[in-house]
Amino acid sequence: MDIAIEAEGIRKRYGDHEALRGVDLSVPAGTLLGLLGPNGAGKTTTVRVLATLLEADEGRASVAGYDVRTQPREVRRRIGLTGQYAALDERLTGRENLQLVGVLHRLGRRGAKARAEVLLDRLGLGQFADRTVKTYSGGTRRRLDLAASLIADPKVLFLDEPTTGLDPTSRLILWDMIREQLAGGVTVLMTTQYLEEADQLADRIAVIDGGRVIADGTSDELKAKVGGERLEVTVQDDAAIPAAVTALREVTAMEPVVEQPGRMVSVALCDQLKTVAEAASALDAAQVRPIGFAVRRPSLDDVFLALTGGTTSKEG
Amino acid sequence: MGTMELVSDVSALFGRHMRHLARIPEKLLSVTLMPVAYVIVFGVLFGSAISVPGSDYRSYLMAGIFTQMMLTNVGNTALGVAGDLGNGVVDRFRSLPMSRSAVLIGRTLSDVALAVIACVTMAIVGYLIGWRVHQGIPKAIAGFGILLLLGYAMSWLGALIGLLARSAEAVNSIAFMLVMPLTFLSNAFIPLNGLPGWLRLLCEWNPVSAVVAACRELFGNTSTGTGKSALPVQYPIPLSLALIALLLAIVVPAAVGAYRKAAAR
Repeated sequence: MDIAIEAEGIRKRYGDHEALRGVDLSVPAGTLLGLLGPNGAGKTTTVRVLATLLEADEGRASVAGYDVRTQPREVRRRIGLTGQYAALDERLTGRENLQLVGVLHRLGRRGAKARAEVLLDRLGLGQFADRTVKTYSGGTRRRLDLAASLIADPKVLFLDEPTTGLDPTSRLILWDMIREQLAGGVTVLMTTQYLEEADQLADRIAVIDGGRVIADGTSDELKAKVGGERLEVTVQDDAAIPAAVTALREVTAMEPVVEQPGRMVSVALCDQLKTVAEAASALDAAQVRPIGFAVRRPSLDDVFLALTGGTTSKEG
Repeated sequence: MGTMELVSDVSALFGRHMRHLARIPEKLLSVTLMPVAYVIVFGVLFGSAISVPGSDYRSYLMAGIFTQMMLTNVGNTALGVAGDLGNGVVDRFRSLPMSRSAVLIGRTLSDVALAVIACVTMAIVGYLIGWRVHQGIPKAIAGFGILLLLGYAMSWLGALIGLLARSAEAVNSIAFMLVMPLTFLSNAFIPLNGLPGWLRLLCEWNPVSAVVAACRELFGNTSTGTGKSALPVQYPIPLSLALIALLLAIVVPAAVGAYRKAAAR
């Protein structure tokens, strides 16, 4: 399979602060790599290097087959970039913004005009086309920003926290647009703080922390790293906790974990169905009446917290 | 990078800035109401109170008011550049396969276009309050040419300041601290012969004085009896051109370098 984005040992230093300490990435063509990490981990810096906005101090990177350092113009012809903040001209209308970007992309005046119409239509922006961007809602702005980055049919799309701060509906709309690009063969590198987003869209996920990729793989592979499924039993009052612990220990031969504030007792599962059934009857026999009884797979949040040592934060 | 591509990029960005004129009220006011206010406040108010030998003060002042207007380009361009840098528009431009220098060239050229509008407005108001040119239209046009060249150099200086300062507040105070002394430590509003020697020398070597003196000469609004003067005021036309060229030669490369650095953060 073709590799559309490749980075090897990218380093970038700002004064005393080493933002990137040897980032390696490899994204096969037509797939989406989710770049996860806490604030300040180096996600945006990585995108800026790959999108030719920033020159790395060390390392080598190629995008769509061209070296970002020696052939930046060739790279720029083939990429689209949507930043954390929507980089649009507030005083121009949506249509004017798209046409401007199109002309600067060398589509020609007529070509830019035609392409702008297609994208306005496809991204459902028709009714906003003649209003200045200043009057747009956050979701509409992001959609227009995405449209601007699609104007020259990019082969590679960089999305830097594309849905941060959006309401759930706008987020779903944007997700669909991203999926559409993937279906069309576009390669996407997306940074996000939302693990659910990575889970939904990413073919592979790279977790970045302290300027380094500390784990990568598919969502399932990463979850498997953190451990298997757990049975979680919530009881009504503290007095029932010891009985629940004893019952679960007997059934699973594992040591249950008690979370006092939620009155939740959890234990790792090996043989799911059988253990769950046995646990249910053991609890019943011990006269424990659980108010919650659930099997939970580790979420990407668990992966994230386990890998980054809990430095996560959801602020923009 | 071909010249044709540069021209195409610059004209696209020029169009962008001209659209702003209609949509940003402050910007429209800065080329309509402000020049009118300048001419009325300085020309009529001061012009009626003071007299200079050999010319009426109102006419004498016009070159100074035009020049002062050109200096406001520092702030205009700086604010625009800092704004684009702050809201991510520059990032967008830098991710496009466009000409690197087009962003600053488009910005400075469109700010000069605004200065043209301001000059026309001021000339009309000046005419209404009695200002006339006495050396013929071609020389008057040459005078405006020097003014606009100064305006262009000031825009590049503003671009440099905007790229280094990055915030509107910082830009405003830097532009003010720069433009104030340049304007008032010059012959823009006062004849220099009454000043003490050292101050007079300082004011005469201020490039603004050379431009003002050149315009007065080309407009035919000079005052008589200036006494002996420093070089820039004796030969204002070649020297103002030389000083503007020198300023451009310093500021343009510095701004282009600052753009490369400022955007790469």
